[in-house]
Amino acid sequence: MRDNAILVVVARFLIPLVMLFGLYVQFHGEYSPGGGFQAGVLFASAWILFVFIYGLETALRVIPQRLIYALASLGVLLYALIGVLGVVLGGHFLDFYPLLDAPKAAQQTGIILVEFGVGVTVAAVVMLIFLLFARRRADTVAAGLDPDAADDVRVDAE
Amino acid sequence: MLLIVVAVTVVVTRDLLKATMLFAIYSLTIAGLFATLDAGDVALTEAAVGAGISTVLILAVLALVPRYEHRRAGHSLPALAIVTLTGAALVYASFDLPAFGQPGNPVHQHLGAYFIDQTYADIGIPNLVAAVLASYRSIDTMGEAVVILTAGIVVYALLSPPPRPRRGKEDER
Repeated sequence: MRDNAILVVVARFLIPLVMLFGLYVQFHGEYSPGGGFQAGVLFASAWILFVFIYGLETALRVIPQRLIYALASLGVLLYALIGVLGVVLGGHFLDFYPLLDAPKAAQQTGIILVEFGVGVTVAAVVMLIFLLFARRRADTVAAGLDPDAADDVRVDAE
Repeated sequence: MLLIVVAVTVVVTRDLLKATMLFAIYSLTIAGLFATLDAGDVALTEAAVGAGISTVLILAVLALVPRYEHRRAGHSLPALAIVTLTGAALVYASFDLPAFGQPGNPVHQHLGAYFIDQTYADIGIPNLVAAVLASYRSIDTMGEAVVILTAGIVVYALLSPPPRPRRGKEDER
C-alpha cells in the first residue's frame, strides 16, 4: 500500500497523533477517562496502521518480534512486582500505601505504575496477535496455498 | 433502533466481511450511547477495542478463511424454544427492577456510595473508574492482565506451526 499517496500522507500524519493520544490516555488516566487497557489498544492500533502502510518487516525492524514477546510478559511482571513490593515494604499484596510516605501520592504512584504494566501488556499482545495472523497469511501463500481459493469454490458451488 | 437494525443484519447476512463492518458500526453506536450516558471510560474502551481492534483482528482472520458463511439447512426448534423462554423470563424479571435512574436504587446504596464519597479522600484522583480499577480492585485487574497475556500465548501456540497442505474441513467434504 506504499504506493497510495493519500494513504501514506494521512497515515504519516495520523500515526504519531494516535500514539501520542495513547500515551495521553495512559498517563492522564486518573484525571480523564482512560487507563492501561485503552492506551495499550490505541498504541497497538497505531502500530497496525504502520504495518498496513509500510509493511510488517519495516515495523519489525523498529520493534523486533522478540521485544514484543518480552514486553507482553514484562507488563504483567511489572504489575505483580509492584504488588510484591507492597508486601516487602510491610503491607498487603497490591497495597500501595507503603510505597511512599504520603498516602495519596503513594496510591497515585501505584496506580500509574500498574496501569503502565497493563498498557504495555495489552499493546504487546494485540501487536502479537495481529503479527501472528499476518504471518500466517504470508506462510499460507508461501506454502503454495491460496487463501482466497476457497471463495471461488464457494461461488462455484452455489 | 439503529442498533436493532444493525444487529439483525449482522445475524442475517452471510457475507462475513459485511458482518464485520456492521459490527464495527454497532460498536461505535454503543460507544456513542455510553458517551451520552457519561460513561467515558466504557465509551473509550468500546470505541477503541470494539470498533477498532476487534474489527482489524477479525479482518485479519477473514484474510485466512473464506469470505462467505456456509448456508445451514433447517432450523433448530429446541434452540428457538430456549431462546424464547429465556427472553420471556428476562422480560418478566425486568418488571421487578426499580425505576431507572432513581437515587434510592440498591445499586447506589451499597459500595457505589462509598466509592463516590471516599475516593478523593483516600487516593486524591478525580477518576473513580481508575481508582476502583487499579487500587480498590487491583487484584482483579492483575488477573485481567494475565488473561490478556494468556490470550496472546494461546494465539501464538495455535498459529506458530506452519500451515499444512490440507486445509481442515474445507477439503474433507
